[in-house]
Amino acid sequence: MPPSPTTTPSPTPRAAPRSKTDLFISFSLLALQGFGGVLAVAQRELVDRKQWLTAEEFVEDWAVAQILPGPNVVNLSLMLGDRYFGWRGALAGVAGMLSFPLVLVLVLAAAFAGVADNPQAQGALRGMGAVAAGLIIAAGLRLVPALKSNVMGLGACLALMAATFVAVALLRVPLIWVLLGLGGLGCIWAYRCLGHLAAQKEAS
Amino acid sequence: MSITLTAAQWFELFTHFASLSLLAVGGAITTAPDMQRFLVVEKGWLDAEQFSNCIALAQAAPGPNILFVPLLGWTIGLNAAGGLGAGWYGLGLAMLGVFLSMLGIMLPSSILTFTASRWGHRNRELRAVRAFKQGMAPLVIALLVATGWILAANHKADTHHLALWAVTALSTLLVWKTKIHLLWLLGAGALAGWMGWI
Repeated sequence: MPPSPTTTPSPTPRAAPRSKTDLFISFSLLALQGFGGVLAVAQRELVDRKQWLTAEEFVEDWAVAQILPGPNVVNLSLMLGDRYFGWRGALAGVAGMLSFPLVLVLVLAAAFAGVADNPQAQGALRGMGAVAAGLIIAAGLRLVPALKSNVMGLGACLALMAATFVAVALLRVPLIWVLLGLGGLGCIWAYRCLGHLAAQKEAS
Repeated sequence: MSITLTAAQWFELFTHFASLSLLAVGGAITTAPDMQRFLVVEKGWLDAEQFSNCIALAQAAPGPNILFVPLLGWTIGLNAAGGLGAGWYGLGLAMLGVFLSMLGIMLPSSILTFTASRWGHRNRELRAVRAFKQGMAPLVIALLVATGWILAANHKADTHHLALWAVTALSTLLVWKTKIHLLWLLGAGALAGWMGWI
């Protein structure tokens, strides 16, 4: 990709999307590469290839995209689009992330409906479903090491995890009560721990 | 399957997704257990197998995982029309389902993200912001695991029940511990199912 002409001579050359169309197309291409999740592709495209973000900026933006509700990659495209071109850029980013994949997935669903009575097709989807369940469980398990640096400590985190799993997967408690109850407990506990940490730092 | 949906129930579909939109901390997939509870167990607008199929199809296709939500709307719309055999009427109701579910799941969270991301970015060192991030982290992870669990537990008891659990366990292990490309796994699962092994 050629460097943007406005940034070439400056000491900190900085790539950026050239237009809202550029944003839309870039996010479309990014999304269409993302089988089973877009995060890995987003990092490679936005940081390594396009260099719209440094690795540090990507991690920071990613953290924000993740704590806010909504699909993470869509949140990320919304935030980035907004930063460059305001709310129109945000729309362009989100539209890019969703339009083509949505059409594709509906075509897939319609195609599947045509063969849905075929036992082989049913079997294939059943097999993919069993794999997909594993993909999602593994995505969760791969995040567990990130809890080591959590201010609440690994023990409290694992206890919260276990309680959440039991409430949601086994007892089928509505999500809102889980988030308000266990989530509220987690936030209050983390707030306390952060306070202790700050006090300790001051004392030393 | 065939169901009928009143206008009020279509609205209920929209509001359920809209309320989950703001709860979807860590991605829409973490609200899948609640969608399953509401749509399948409580309302019976689609069956457990269709629910799993939507997630499997969305995982098999490129793009954000959130696309299983419009697929749910699509399936519910088709159920309400009595299937694709209903022609344009079926397609119309399916697209209505896509539109309502997508709008519901996207709009509230996007508006919140739009307004809050700048604020959060400016105040990322604030104690309350950090407490929220860290306090929610274990829940986000547990919700992912619970989603996978519920999908795995959806298998009908009369099919090759144990084999499917084994496939789920194996794919969990492979994704967790290796860097194998997800497409190979999905392809292998599809093949095993097609051949009737699982």
